[in-house]
Order: sequence, then structure tokens, then C-alpha cells
Amino acid sequence: MLSIKNLDVRVEQKEILKGFNLQINPGEIHAIMGPNGTGKSTLASVLAGKNEYEVTGGEISYLGKDLLEMSPDERAREGVFLAFQYPVEIPGVSTTNFMKAAVNAKRKHLGLDPMDAKTFLQLLNEKRAIVELSREFTSRSLNEGFSGGEKKRNEIFQMAMLEPKLAILDETDSGLDIDALRIVANGVNQLRNKDNAFLVITHYQRLLNYIVPDFVHVMYGGRIVKSGGKELALQLEERGYDWIKEEVASLA
Amino acid sequence: MEKEQDDILQEHINSDYKYGFTTDIEQEFAPMGLNEDIVRFISAKKNEPEWMLNWRLQAFKAWQQMKQPQWQNVHFPEIDYQKIIYYAAPKKKKEIKSLDDIDPEIRETYDKLGIPIQEQKVLAGVAVDYVMDSESVITTFRAALKEKGVIFCSMSEAIREHADLVKKYLGTVVPTRDNYFAALNSAVFSDGSFVYIPKGVRCPMELSTYFRINAENTGQFERTLIIADDRSYVSYLEGCTAPTRDENQLHAAVVELVAMDSAEIKYSTVQNWYPGDKNGIGGVYNFVTKRGLCQGDSSKISWAQVETGSAITWKYPSCILKGDNSIGEFYSVAVTNNYQQADTGTKMIHIGKNTRSRIVSKGISAGKSQNSYRGLVKVAGTAENAYNFSQCDSLLIGDKCGAHTFPYLEIKNNTGKVEHEATTSKIGEDLMFYCNQRGLSDEEAVSMIVNGYCKEVFKHLPMEFAVEAQKLLDVSLEGSVG
Repeated sequence: MLSIKNLDVRVEQKEILKGFNLQINPGEIHAIMGPNGTGKSTLASVLAGKNEYEVTGGEISYLGKDLLEMSPDERAREGVFLAFQYPVEIPGVSTTNFMKAAVNAKRKHLGLDPMDAKTFLQLLNEKRAIVELSREFTSRSLNEGFSGGEKKRNEIFQMAMLEPKLAILDETDSGLDIDALRIVANGVNQLRNKDNAFLVITHYQRLLNYIVPDFVHVMYGGRIVKSGGKELALQLEERGYDWIKEEVASLA
Repeated sequence: MEKEQDDILQEHINSDYKYGFTTDIEQEFAPMGLNEDIVRFISAKKNEPEWMLNWRLQAFKAWQQMKQPQWQNVHFPEIDYQKIIYYAAPKKKKEIKSLDDIDPEIRETYDKLGIPIQEQKVLAGVAVDYVMDSESVITTFRAALKEKGVIFCSMSEAIREHADLVKKYLGTVVPTRDNYFAALNSAVFSDGSFVYIPKGVRCPMELSTYFRINAENTGQFERTLIIADDRSYVSYLEGCTAPTRDENQLHAAVVELVAMDSAEIKYSTVQNWYPGDKNGIGGVYNFVTKRGLCQGDSSKISWAQVETGSAITWKYPSCILKGDNSIGEFYSVAVTNNYQQADTGTKMIHIGKNTRSRIVSKGISAGKSQNSYRGLVKVAGTAENAYNFSQCDSLLIGDKCGAHTFPYLEIKNNTGKVEHEATTSKIGEDLMFYCNQRGLSDEEAVSMIVNGYCKEVFKHLPMEFAVEAQKLLDVSLEGSVG
């Protein structure tokens, strides 16, 4: 589904990703962990197409297409979803309206007619239940006055509405209490199937108790330095990142 | 409401100014230029009584002694008032008694504008006065209105048929010498609508006038007068378009509203005059005086406007709050793109006791345009316990446009309260990226953000107009991103 090869990325002349490689197949959940400042969020932004990142080398193929040739909105309509670490607020635009526009933009892209109001509302209610958001939330202005936890739940709700093929969760767990964490994880688990894939970026092993990954990757210095199964996350939780840093240093 | 608003967002019109066509009909014109004979010519064309002609001639004399104001924050070459045609009208083939008598070309024009002249289908029960250039074409639903005693007709007809009312109120809210353009309008005004709502009557339908400039080199000078008698209510809508032309066309209208005891007038405008092309060539100069008088106690006048068109807009719909406990409201969205210039806002003049006013202005600037809010809140010595709340927000799209705010406060009574809030914001990259990431194109994203930003104003527009306004916003901001 997604194949990243030798990716080099700069922000304002500073190299963030250096020779980054990653392969994701349908049905898989990949977790990316690592210390602060190793380029985890940069990876998420580059996949979604944020323009301040300059790709200086390598390639990304998504469902057989060159992802880097696609605009951010094209990528989204093709099924790439980013759950933001810091979701924005849009005054005067309700979550319902926002989602209706997004759902229909995608449908238009697929050559489908806009969804009729009744079907849309059914879908909305169904997906709202997954993240336990009340009706009142979807009629309020998008994220305006929402708590941190509510904003993150709203991201998962939007993901549920748009049913992406590749969902990237950028530190969705940061700032969440244990209940919200459970709700978010539950959302992801309900959505996972054999055709979609998840890339979960996190600092903590905690989230991975709820979302069980097929692969855990450790990022350091702009690339993946260690990969393993879910037990790697437990190891990191126990031992921290220093032993990884040492391993990298000894290889250099 | 929520749902319909959203539907509109799906139906984006991705086109340039789509009302730019011209109707090919036989027309008659006054000779170019302006002098006393032209004033007489217009008055004669309209079969006006002597008193009306004299009123015009006095206004003309006043205008000759006045100078065009220079204080606005807009720039344009000097207007040659002798190069304008002051009267143009579709040549009447026969007298129009029913809808069937209307020239098919004119019918087609209004069909193209999306407002078919057919009573059965017209805007779900909105009575419409159709004005093309200097003449009213027809007013619909007259019989139904007459039953309630509501008078809704063209100004020309009102001068002939309801002289007592016209004489009593014309020029009382906007005197002929009020300003340069008001004086000009008073001398040469062509047509417009006249409305009278009798005591205790709630007007059974929304009244609407659709103004259309068609002829070349022609100015449009309509005059509207609305009188709401004690305890009556009326909601009035005004829409306007003009063909795409390279030269600038002058539109100098006067609107006067009078609300008696406990009466309420709601006046909504969607102004979509041709704004000129992307290089700033052509477009309508929209210099308009609109003012409402809350004459009676507990009366209320509410202005809601969406200004998307015109090369230059210069307009301050105002309220004179004379009656005790009277209320004035102004809700405005003004959009400028390319080389458009707008200097618009309101005046709230508090005279009566316990008068309240509310101003919500949303300016949106894109391209190389300049958008100014200019507002006056005046509290007279007599206005005990007056209250005003003003909110003026500016939204910038791109970095070549400008937004300006000129609030004026004149407070002569300190028992009241005046609050002013102002914000300026930009559509930031983070916001755009977030919308893009959900699959919305740049244009869809801007449309969504802007419509959200204007929501507070749109909710004060009648449904039909809110729909129209959102579509217009999309068209106006076309090409402002990316």
C-alpha cells in the first residue's frame, strides 16, 4: 500500500528525515516510536503533503501512485487521512457541515453523487457513537471551545466518517486521559480491516495496549533504526531509548 | 437551516460574473448629459404632476451647488456627469396589464437571472418589482397584497396614485441636500419601489425588488420609499446585477425607510453589480444613500446586506433612532476581490430614550482590493440609557489586499453604554492544510471558512437570500487562492 524509499526531507535547510524507509501493507498496523525531535511528526506531515517540507531525495509510492506528485487534497480524496496532533478550529462551521463537505468531496472524486441528507445523518450518528461524542458536538463549530480530549476524539470521528485506506495518527494519545485513550483506541479497532492500514505515531507504549500493532519501529536521527513486533514497545517502555541510541552509535 | 446552508456549499458555481449578458431590446433614451431640460424630460416621461417636477428641479439646483465628496477611502478617476445617460427604458409595445404583456426578451432576461416573472413560481411567495434601467417592468402579487391594504408598486406609479403618501414622506429621511449623490438622485431618480404597510398589518409575504442595469452609458438612480405604519411588519429584499462592460457605470440610489410606533422593517440587500474584470477595468460605481427612521416608539429597523459586486461601493445604511425604545440593527458582509474598493458601514443615531443598536460587520478582502468599514455611533444628549454594540471583523485572503476600520463615536449622554469589538484575521496555512487534508480543494476550503465567518450575518437574511449570498461569495472569491 505504502512504500517509502530512501526519503530525505528538509525544513528550512535543516535535514529532518535521512534515508527513511518503510513498507506498509493492507491490514497492518505500524507503530512509530522514538525520542523527541527524531522526525516522527515530520513524517506524518510529509505523507499528508504539508508544503513547508522539502523532499530532497527518495520516493513514496501509495497504491501504485507517486504520492509526492499529488496535492494534499488529492491525497486525502485518495484515502490518506491524518489525525492531527493539534487540530485547528473553524469558527461558524459545524463539524456536521465540515464532514458533509469532506464526504462529498471524496464522493465527487470517486464519480459519485453527493450523499443525500438522510443517509448522511445516519452515517453521522453511527460514527459519532464509535467515539462517544454527543449530538451537540457535531452541531457546534468545529473544535471551537473543545477540550484537548474532545478534539482528538473529533479527529477519530472524522477518520471514521471518511473511512481512509491509510490513516496516520500523529500523537493522538498525547494529552489524553485513560478514558479518552480507550475511546480513541476503540475507534481505531472498530475501523481496522484487511483493506486499510494504520500508522500510529506515539511516545508511549500505553496506547499500544489498546491498539495492538503488527510492527513497532523506533525512529532516531531521521530514520528507522530498529523494527520488531509489539514486544519491542514493551522493551522500550522498560528500558527507555538510551540503549537504542547506544546501538546506533556503536554501528556508526 | 444548517442543512440547507450546507447544500449550497456543495453546489459551487465555478464561473466568473455570470450576470454579465446584455438584453437586446428596443429602448428609449434621454439625450446624454444633465441639465434642467433632462430633469423635465424624465418627469414628463413619467407623467408626473407639477409638484414632483418642482421637487426635482429644486434638487437639481442644490446639486449644481454641491461638490462630490472626497473623504472616502476609495480612488477613481473623475466622473464626467455630462457623459452619462440619465434615462433609459425598455420601449413599451403596449400597456402592461398582465404578465402576458411583458416583452419576451425582458422575461428571458429575468429567467436568466434566476428570477422568472411568473407569479406561480416566483420565489415561493415573494412579491417582486422588476426594474430594468429606469423603469419598473412589473410588480407581482399585487392583488393578494391589496387585500391586506398593502401598497407595493413602482415609485412612478406611487407618485401618480398615492401622491399624499409620497408627498408626506419623500425626502424626509434623506433630504435632497443630504449629500451630493442624494441630491443627484432626487433630481433624476428613475424608478424604484414604493411600499406602504397599513396599521397593524403584518405583510403576508416578503417584498422584493430586482434592479437590473441593461443599457450602455447609463446611470441607474432608483428611489425606494418604505413606510411601515403603527404595529406593522415588512421584510423587503433587494437584488441587483448589471452587464459586463468596459466603462464604469454609475448607480446612485436613495432608500428611505420610516417605521412608526412598534413597526418593524427588515431590509435585506444582496448587491451584485458588475465588479469590473480581473484588471480593474469597468464595473459599477455604487454610491448609495440608505437610511431608516425609527419615528415611532418601540419601532425597529434592521439592515442586512451582502455586498459582493461593484467596482466601488460607498454606502452606509443607517438608522435614526428617534422613537423611545427603538432598535436599529446593521448586519453586513462586504467582499472585495481583484481591484474592487469598498467603503461601507453604518450610522446609528440615538435620539430617543432607551434606544438600542447593534452593528455586525464582516469585511473580506482578497486580491488587490481595499475594504474599509466606516461607522458612526452617535448618542444625542436626549438619548438616556442608549446602548450600542459594534463588532467589526476583517478577514484577509492573500497579502496584497487591505482592510481598514474607521469607527467614529460621538457621545453626548453618559447614561448609556457603547461597546466596540474589532478583529483582523487571515486564513492561515494551517487552516487551509487542515481542510485540504480532509479532501477539500483550496476553493472549497476558502468557501467553507468564509461562509463560517459570515454565518452571524447570513442568519439574519431571509432563507432565499442566504442561499443566494453564499453562492455569490463563492463566485466573488474565485481565484483568490492558489
